[in-house]
Amino acid sequence: MALIDITDVHKWYGDHEVLKGINLEVDLHEVVCLIGASGSGKSTLLRCVNALEDIQRGSIRLDGDLVSGPGVDVNRLRRRVGIVFQSYNLFPHMTVRQNIEMGPIHSSGMSKNEAADIASELLVRVGLTAKSDKFPDQLSGGQQQRVAIARALAMKPQAILLDEITSALDPELVAEVLDLVRELAANGMTMILATHEMAFAREVSDRVCFLEQGVLLEEGPPDQMFTDPREPRTQEFLHRVIRAGRL
Amino acid sequence: MVGATTVAPTTSCSDSPPPETRALAVAALLTAASSVLAGWYVFSIAAEQASAAGSWIQILCLLAATAMPVILLPPIVALRDSRRAKRLWGRGEVSASRQVASESRGRSLGTFGYVGAVIPLLVVVAMLVANDGAVRSVFFSWEMAQKTIGGILQALLLNVQIAISAMTIVLAVGLVVAIGRLLPGRSFRPIRLLAIGWVDIFRAIPAIILIYLIGFGLPLTGLPVISSMSPVMYAILALSLTYSAYVAETYRAGIESIHPSQVAAGRSLGLSSFKTMRLVVLPQAIRRIVPSLLTFFVGMQKDTALVGVLGLVDAFAQSRIYSANYFNLTPVMVVCGLFIILTIPQTRFVDALLSRDQRKRGQ
Repeated sequence: MALIDITDVHKWYGDHEVLKGINLEVDLHEVVCLIGASGSGKSTLLRCVNALEDIQRGSIRLDGDLVSGPGVDVNRLRRRVGIVFQSYNLFPHMTVRQNIEMGPIHSSGMSKNEAADIASELLVRVGLTAKSDKFPDQLSGGQQQRVAIARALAMKPQAILLDEITSALDPELVAEVLDLVRELAANGMTMILATHEMAFAREVSDRVCFLEQGVLLEEGPPDQMFTDPREPRTQEFLHRVIRAGRL
Repeated sequence: MVGATTVAPTTSCSDSPPPETRALAVAALLTAASSVLAGWYVFSIAAEQASAAGSWIQILCLLAATAMPVILLPPIVALRDSRRAKRLWGRGEVSASRQVASESRGRSLGTFGYVGAVIPLLVVVAMLVANDGAVRSVFFSWEMAQKTIGGILQALLLNVQIAISAMTIVLAVGLVVAIGRLLPGRSFRPIRLLAIGWVDIFRAIPAIILIYLIGFGLPLTGLPVISSMSPVMYAILALSLTYSAYVAETYRAGIESIHPSQVAAGRSLGLSSFKTMRLVVLPQAIRRIVPSLLTFFVGMQKDTALVGVLGLVDAFAQSRIYSANYFNLTPVMVVCGLFIILTIPQTRFVDALLSRDQRKRGQ
């Protein structure tokens, strides 16, 4: 059984249908990349999985539990599925360490000591032990994004959603964040990534999905998707990406 | 051809003489001289009148009169420089000439600035000494201030007590009203309407009328507890209602200024919306609105002077009693002074608090 099971998901903003019946299964330890133009629905789909957006039709299951629709304990769901945002969204009034401890203490109800242990461990893992008492504004974009990943990992989630996490970064800061994602993938973290980093998507993912205008047009293994896509519109999209020097 | 068209403007630019600065310097000198004469006249009258009040005011007047001619120095230097600029130009030292001319011009303009600042001060001193010092003795009688300040200070404690009690209530009630207004969804509609009504009504009614209605009205109702409170409590209640409306709007603006992505980040960690509000949104929102909250607190301190309508003897009421007895307004000026002394340290304190917070966060 798939860990995340997205079935016929429809999402409207008013009259505008942004997701038009998405079907996607993500297995345990699988890394799935969502590619496609801006506005194709990648981010919206991720936010729906985390219930930050509601869906109007279809269902989303996590490990067999229905997690979409009315009456679902969204707080419990979100403890099991973490999300990292394009704009980091760290809490500016808290230190790096407090940002990471926030979830374990106030959401999972851990003791301060347990949370501090988790935070210390994660700070080592993301290489920011020296910055633990700094505030987000004192860090570079890449460092902030690594803190945001650590903050999501602190909940010990079953899966992580990465929403274009390098799009707001200066080019020279992208690598440090991607290295961290690479490490997560190597350790078997289940992930769905929305990304514009095509080379990285090809390298790290088990499967690539191409979305266009709210439709999951084509999916397949990364090598096939990037060298030999079947759909003409996928080919066209990849041509544009290559022309822009991004692949 | 190209060379000819580009060279022409540069030569004409370096050929132009420095601007004429002599007339400006003369005007500045005349202005400064007349302000010195006016100053000497005003200070001489002031010193004459002050002989009764005490010698230190005389000394002060003497010092001021002695210092006045300093204002003549910049225009004198400016005048000299305008001549020097002309000489330098004659010798062909173009850029040096321009520099000196520009300094001359700067000094002349500076003189007008000084005189502009000195004249209002002279007007104030002149008003104080006019009509044989009538203004001074009505508003600033030193003996009167000494005689009444003790009683006024004692009465001021009531203002402080009312202000602090009411502000404590206001900070809590304002937050509840603000959050009530921001509750989402159809089921909270009645609460939202209640919060909107609260703000609309209590922000609109003048504080003095609310104090009057509550202070004289509630005791007449005969209801248990609320009809038997002390007038001070009614004053606190009335001011709390008025200011909770202002402060609720401030809280709301602060909360709405926090980007929704912060809420998304909090919720994505599995925090409830209440905890997200308490741990993520409010700490950031309150930092932003602290200066406006202080403004309302200062405003409320001043409005405590309205409680006199209930017959309470606060600092203002006490000073009016003194004024009526002695036929002199100095006691009321003492109240003004005390309110100023009370509020300035608060402002500085909040400024220091905010800048410390910003330094800590490396902004």
